[in-house]
Order: sequence, then C-alpha cells, then structure tokens
Amino acid sequence: MASVKSRPSPAKTPSVSADERSHEVDHPSSPLARFGADQPLKLDCGLDLSPFQIAYQTYGKLNADRSNAILVCHALTGDQHVANVHPVTGKPGWWETMVGPGRPLDTNHYFIICSNVIGGCMGSTGPASINSLTGKVWGLDFPIITIPDMVRAQAMLLDRLGIETLFCVVGGSMGGMQALQWTAAYPERVFSALAIACSTRHSAQNIAFHELGRQAVMADPDWHGGRYADLGSHPHRGLAVARMAAHITYLSDAALHRKFGRRMQDRELPTFSFDADFQVESYLRYQGSSFVERFDANSYLYLTRAMDYFDIAADHDGVLAEAFREIKTRFCVVSFTSDWLFPTSESRALVHALNASSARVSFAEIETDRGHDAFLLDVPEFFDISRAFLQSAGKARGLNNGS
Amino acid sequence: MSVQEALPLNGAAASSPGRHRGDHLLVAGLIEPGSKVLDVGCGDGDLLQLLESRGIDGRGIELSREGVNRCVAKGLAVVQGDADTDLVNYPDDAFDYVILSQTLQATRQPKAVLENLLRIGRRAIVTFPNFGFWKMRLQLLIGGHMPRTENLPATWYDTPNIHFCTIKDFVQLCDEIGVKMERSWALDIYGRPLRLKLPWWFWNMFGEQGVFLLSRAGKYR
Repeated sequence: MASVKSRPSPAKTPSVSADERSHEVDHPSSPLARFGADQPLKLDCGLDLSPFQIAYQTYGKLNADRSNAILVCHALTGDQHVANVHPVTGKPGWWETMVGPGRPLDTNHYFIICSNVIGGCMGSTGPASINSLTGKVWGLDFPIITIPDMVRAQAMLLDRLGIETLFCVVGGSMGGMQALQWTAAYPERVFSALAIACSTRHSAQNIAFHELGRQAVMADPDWHGGRYADLGSHPHRGLAVARMAAHITYLSDAALHRKFGRRMQDRELPTFSFDADFQVESYLRYQGSSFVERFDANSYLYLTRAMDYFDIAADHDGVLAEAFREIKTRFCVVSFTSDWLFPTSESRALVHALNASSARVSFAEIETDRGHDAFLLDVPEFFDISRAFLQSAGKARGLNNGS
Repeated sequence: MSVQEALPLNGAAASSPGRHRGDHLLVAGLIEPGSKVLDVGCGDGDLLQLLESRGIDGRGIELSREGVNRCVAKGLAVVQGDADTDLVNYPDDAFDYVILSQTLQATRQPKAVLENLLRIGRRAIVTFPNFGFWKMRLQLLIGGHMPRTENLPATWYDTPNIHFCTIKDFVQLCDEIGVKMERSWALDIYGRPLRLKLPWWFWNMFGEQGVFLLSRAGKYR
C-alpha cells in the first residue's frame, strides 16, 4: 500500500504498542468463526490444524437467494478490514476505492465478505496466535500453510455463513492467487472470478525477493529463532527491512522517479552521512516502521512461504489448462503495464490456459506507471473494467445490480 | 485492432436493415446456432453480440483496451491481444469458426494470421476491403495518389492498414497456402452482396469488400 507520505524519520521503534497488536491476534474486533476439534483444517503439509478461528468482515446485505456474495481475498500484508477503519492503525480500509456504496464492488448490491487468511495476524489463527495445547504463542511450531489451505479455510467459513455459491471471488496479488485457487478447487462454487495483478505460480524472482525478506527478519537478533513473543520482543528492525525491500517491488522506476526523483528530504545539501538525505529513503523508512506496528514477523515468514509454494499447474501434472477443464466460471483477468512483480506475461499465460480450457475469460492490461500497487490505487480504467465485468456477470446471474 | 480504427464502415452501417451492419448480418447468417466462434479484432463487440443473440458461443480478441472494456460491459468474453502475436497461443480446433472481420489488412503477417485462423478454427470467415475496387484504381490511375475513400479515410502515413490486397490477391494467397474457399461474396459500398453470377475480374473491380468462408484443404486435410 503506497501512501505518498514521506516522513523525516529513521526506522523507529513501533508507536503502536505490541499489546495492541497482539490483542487483535487472538481477540479481534472482527466477527469470528471458531472451528473446534470436530472440524479440523486439513493442511497441505499433512497436518490437521485444530482448533482454529477465522476473523472476517462483511459489508452490504446477503439477498434472499443468497446469490450476491462476493469474497474479497486480501494480499500478503492486507487483512479483513477492506472498507472500515483499521482497529490497530486507525487508517481507512485498504480497498475503500473499490468497495463501498456506488463503488465497483457496490455494497448496495452485493454482500462483501473478507476474511483474514489462515497464518495471518489479525484474528485468524496463525503463528502469532496462542496454541491452545501449550498456552503459548505458536511461533515456528505453527505448521507451514499454503494458498490452497487459506482457500480451504475460507470455504469452511462460507459453509458456516450458509453461502453455497459465490457470485464472485475477487483479489489482487496474493488475493488473486486465492481467487484462482478458488476456481481450481471449487469451480462449482464460484460464478465469476476477478483476478488482478497475479499469477498461477510464484516466479523465481519473486521467491528470491521473499527469501531476502525472510532472511532480514531472521537476521534480527530480536527474532530469537521465532520465539520473540515469549521473550517480549519483536524483530521490528528485520521486519522493517523486509518491508522496505518488498515495497520497492510494489512500485516502479517511473513511479519512484515521479514521486521523489533525487529530491532531498527537508534539506538543501547532502549531510555527508548515512542519514535519510533523499526523500525516497525517508519514504521507505516510514513504510518499514509503520508496517511493523501492525504486522507480526513470523506471520510475514509464513505468508511469503505460502506464496512461494503456489503453483496451480504443478497440482495438475504441469498442465495449467487441466486445472480449469470444463469450468463454467466467468473470468476477468487484469494486469498493469508497469507491474514487474506480476508482469502482464503471467496474466497472459493464465489467459492462454483458460482459452485452452474453453473458459469464458476477459482480459485487459491497464496502462499505468504505478507498478504492482496500482490495484490498490485510484486507477479509473481499472475500476471501469471491474464494474463492467461485475455488472454483466450480475446480469447473467439474474442479480439486480444496476446493470 | 478495432474495426473503427481499421475501417469505419459508415456506408455499410447506414444502409443495413435494423441496427446491424450488412457484413455482420451476412457473417452471422453463415454460422449455425450452438457453434463456438472466435472474433479476431472484435472492436466494440457488435458482431459478437449479434452472434450471442443467435445462440452462438462467442469469444473475442481486441487490441484496444477501450474496445475490451466496452465488450466486457456488454457481457462478452474478450481478451486484450494482437492477432499477429496471440493467435499462436490458441490450441488447434478450439473453435468451429474464427472470424477476421476488416482486420487482415492491418496485420503485420497476413499469411501467418490466415494459417493460424484455420488451425484454431475448423472454418474461417475473412472479410476485407478490396483494393482492386474501381474507385481505388481510378484514384491511383488518374489522381496519382494513394486511394482514400469514405470507408478508408486515412492517409498513407497514418493508416493502420499496412497490407492492402485485392480480392484476386487474396484468392491467390488462399491457393498458395492450400486453403479451400467454400463460399465467397463481393459486397457493394453499402455492404450488400453483389448478387449477379459474375466472373472474378468483375468482383475484383466492383466489389468494395470481399467476404470468404474458408476451410482447411490441401496440406491441412
């Protein structure tokens, strides 16, 4: 999430207390679905996770036919607070440009659900949660989770909410991966899918960036082999560096140049030191330090790992088209010209596979210099196509959604 | 390539019955309901919409994002792409018909595109402006300048149409790559088929557009 604010500050210690963050982990302000010993989450790694809980938010009203539900899947460092004030940071929801009355995901017409992914740290069970067996924070004892595991947990949530079929599953980046996994795993439960700035597999370059971030976290002495919660610390320096590196990949050369160029931060001349002389440095430090206020370091390790393991084709003998054979779901795939994390070529590969499986797919590449983060920003062409897709899909589903 | 970009067929639209273009109605009439069709260069999706209204399962490729957006708004399944580079990614026999309407002359490699049409589809329907049309010939012969018409208003330096051909040229290309011409029409400037049973040279002179229904023959068989 690229806010343009740049503050003159070195990487600071968190201003939000660790208590505030950890309280949301086990006792979120969001509604909770709890799953007991009788309903374990069957994980790809072979283990059963039980008990576990899913924290979620909803917006709008479910219609009488239960046919207007849209599941929004959040990205790596997102959460369920799509369109409400965030309980930890006090900032607006991360997708208020997209979700709300009159927005493309119009809450006057659709019932929007967003749940914190399994492995997250905003109320769904993850490495920062208390392990009920030990009474201590899970830490690295938490099993490795995958994108399919996240989707399996979401499916259990929908069962709990009494929603058999989704009108649409929507997501960008890691959220797009979940959306695609939904169509591959539960094609009959998904009427339409809007997959944005994503891919059916994580590329070597992206795995490399994630490894860089994880190593930054693990290199922080405050990480303590993942047991920092028991010791009352948090590897905020390592996590901030991980976030800074990742944040660069969410932008583009052109966007950075346009926003910051070589401009100095509150000074005319270089200080001949390693202070944040340049605005771009100051901006990155701010991104790093604000991130650690709301995010758990181990959760970051687990979720980046889940993305690394994602490869839909690998689950279908290496043939991507097999994953979507005979699928009835209507797809809309969107990419952005300056996104080098999930470049258009990845979306095209998906579209070719969908074409080969005779799926009903639309695809558009949006011209923008704002990089991967474009899906979170005010990009009118992107809103237009999202709105058009949902309205026409709504018509096909018999929804009265203003189409 | 949007149709608007490549060739605004204002004349054809004005004279056609109802709201559909004459050449679109002709093309739609060739396709059986229930068929699976790919429209390459589908523009705003008018032809696809006509096909879907007749129970035909249509898909489209369109170069311009604006065109894709308008198609998506109509509920059509259209992907942003380029006939020259993206057709190779479609599997063999994916469609019953592949349509290339007023787009061939704007492709970089018309021959490769044509070959791909008949690999992806069991049949292809190709329509294109005939550069052998008498008005074109006259402009070059008498005027001494590159022809411009109401339907092809662009100047030589800004036209997207880089590979003009005549009906005769197209027939030769079909022969060369072993494509079977099942049926063909020449349309007048209003998009109406010339009904007279006439020799090729007449069509090549008086047809403003050529429309061909093609299938695999020769090496494709």
